[in-house]
Parts: sequence; C-alpha cells; structure tokens
Amino acid sequence: MNPNSNPVWTLVWTFGLMSLFAVGGANAAIPEMQRIAVDVRHWMTDKQFSDIYAISQLSPGPNVLIVTLIGYAVAGIAGAIAATFAMCLPTAILAYGVSRLLSRQSTSRWPAIIQAALVPLSIGLMGAGALILAQTTDRSLVAAFVTGVAAVLASATKVNPFWMFLAGGILGFAGVI
Amino acid sequence: MLSDSSPAAASAPAPPTSAPPSVIALFLAFAKMSVAGFGGVLYWARRAIVDQHRWMSADEFNQTYALCHFLPGPNIVNLSMVFGARLRGIAGGIAAFTGLLVPPMLIMTVLAAIYARYGEIDALRRTLAGVSCAAVGLLIANVLRMMAPLVRRRDLAGLVMLAIVFVIIGLVRWPMPAVLLAAIPLSIAVTFAVRHKGSA
Repeated sequence: MNPNSNPVWTLVWTFGLMSLFAVGGANAAIPEMQRIAVDVRHWMTDKQFSDIYAISQLSPGPNVLIVTLIGYAVAGIAGAIAATFAMCLPTAILAYGVSRLLSRQSTSRWPAIIQAALVPLSIGLMGAGALILAQTTDRSLVAAFVTGVAAVLASATKVNPFWMFLAGGILGFAGVI
Repeated sequence: MLSDSSPAAASAPAPPTSAPPSVIALFLAFAKMSVAGFGGVLYWARRAIVDQHRWMSADEFNQTYALCHFLPGPNIVNLSMVFGARLRGIAGGIAAFTGLLVPPMLIMTVLAAIYARYGEIDALRRTLAGVSCAAVGLLIANVLRMMAPLVRRRDLAGLVMLAIVFVIIGLVRWPMPAVLLAAIPLSIAVTFAVRHKGSA
C-alpha cells in the first residue's frame, strides 16, 4: 500500500462522490465501482470483483454493501466502515433535506419529468454492470448457459433467487462451470 | 424497482398510524428487516413498516420510497433516514439508518475477512464463480424487467438514452460522473420535449 496517501481517505472521497451519481440505487454504480477498483486503482482483479459481487448478493442487507467488501480489501476493518458510510451517508442526508423541503405541498410537474428522465439512465447503467460482470464470469459456454438459465428463470418464474445461487454454487464447486 | 411499489398498496385501507416508536424500537426494527431480507430489503421494509407495525400507510410508504428512488444513492438506505426522521426527528433517522446498515455491515466484514484469508482456495473460487454466473443472470433479468415498460410504451427516446449510457459506460468505459453530467440534462431535455409535443 502506498504510504503517501491514506487509503481510507481515498475510499471516503471515491465512494462519497460516487454515491451522488448512483441514480437508481447501488446496482447502477456497479460499472463505476468495477472501473475504479480494478482498472484505475488496481485494488483487485476482475475475478475478485465478480467474487465480491457474488458474496454481496449472497449475504443479507442492502445491495450497496458490496462497498463494505471493497473497503475491507483495500484497508481492512477501517476501510470497510469508511467505504460503507461514505457510500450511504451523503445521499441519506440529502434525502432527509429534500424530504423536509417537499413536505410543503408541491404541484410542479418537474419531479415527474426528472424521474422519467432518470429511469432509462439507471437501466442503462445496470445493463452495463451486467455486461461487465458477464465478461468476467461467463468465459465458458457452460457458464454463459447458467447465466442465461438464471435470467430466464428469474424473468419468467417466481423461483427464490437463493435456489439459483445454490445451483450455481454447486455446479461451480463440482467443476462443471 | 418501480413495479415493487404496487402490491401492498392494493390492500384495504387499514387504519395506518399507531403511536410513533421509540428510537431503540426503530433501530431494532430496521436491523431485523435488514438481516432478514434475503433478496432485497424493500419487501421486508414494507412488510414491517406498513403491515406489521403500521407506522405508515401503504400510500405514505410508496410516496416516501418514490422520493428516495428519485434521489441518488442506495434507495432503501435513504428511506431509512427519511422514515426514521419523520417519526422521531434526527435521532430517529440515525437509529433507522444505523439499524439498517451496521448489522449487515458486520456480517459483510466477517465474510470479507474469510474471503481475504481463503479466497485463493480453488474449491471456493470455483463455487463463487458458479454463484456469480447465477447472480449475473438475476441482474440481467432485473434489467429486462425494468426495460419492459419502456418497450411496451414504445418510448423510443428513453430506449435511445438507455442504449447510449449502456454503450458508453459498459463498452467504452468512460467515468460515470462525466457521462451522467452530460446524460442527465440531455435526458431531461428530451423527456420534456417529448411530453411537451405530446400535450401540445
């Protein structure tokens, strides 16, 4: 670790800034997290990033806690805490402030327009995240097939995601993927 | 995401608000819904806040969630702060926020330590690779589900904006802040123009 710059502060400003651009929630920020953690700062490999994504999906709590795992990889427990609060606190305070302002009755149609304008952007970001993760995870035909089956099952049925994770994990453990 | 805001709203108008909870009760309730919530906290949050404790009516919950969804950042985390503060002021906001985040953060930290120690073991690597495959499939399904209304409405402007962001972020890999600083005003202008034309 570079002793000249404290990695905890790097985490704080990196995720603090990122949170303000996470339109549509944590999953929209996956591409940016991967770009910074893997390409820009070399905190981890792309395989480790997709591992971390899998772990964050397997554990309870909000999706955003993938940043806890990134923070830990960078700077241990202090990094885990710093990354989590940097990603969560600024926008929570912003939401609190805006909710106070909006408690006055508003008839403006701008909020609806802005919301409608943001939805395609957040879907595009999430799609980019799926593409980036797939480039790491789906390097074999079998792996791509498993991803495809999971996508179809999750779209067309109400199967609990847990069973898909379990099936994927078992296939991976068995060396099939 | 958006489709999540309808189901509970359909239930009969129940008498909504009971007495506001204590700060400790808020912390515990959010801690519980956070660690109970495999596959998304939103479902459990709605259940606890609207159905179980009756701290908010379904409509109030939907309005609060819509606000938090519209603002940047993790929606459910924003909701915890807004909701807690509405019931118990800033202390309530902090209680709900920390209740939601701290317990799963501790679990995640333990998992991170295990991964740092054993992540190179081959069986674990293979297993996680398999889980990743399924997780990516779920993410794709989520994207398709959110796209469906745009396709159904033939929202060409929205689909073009979606495709532009997808290509520039996913393939060209430009930094997100720079892309969004251009894409957000552009998308708002396009949305406004389309609606203006539609209503004129």
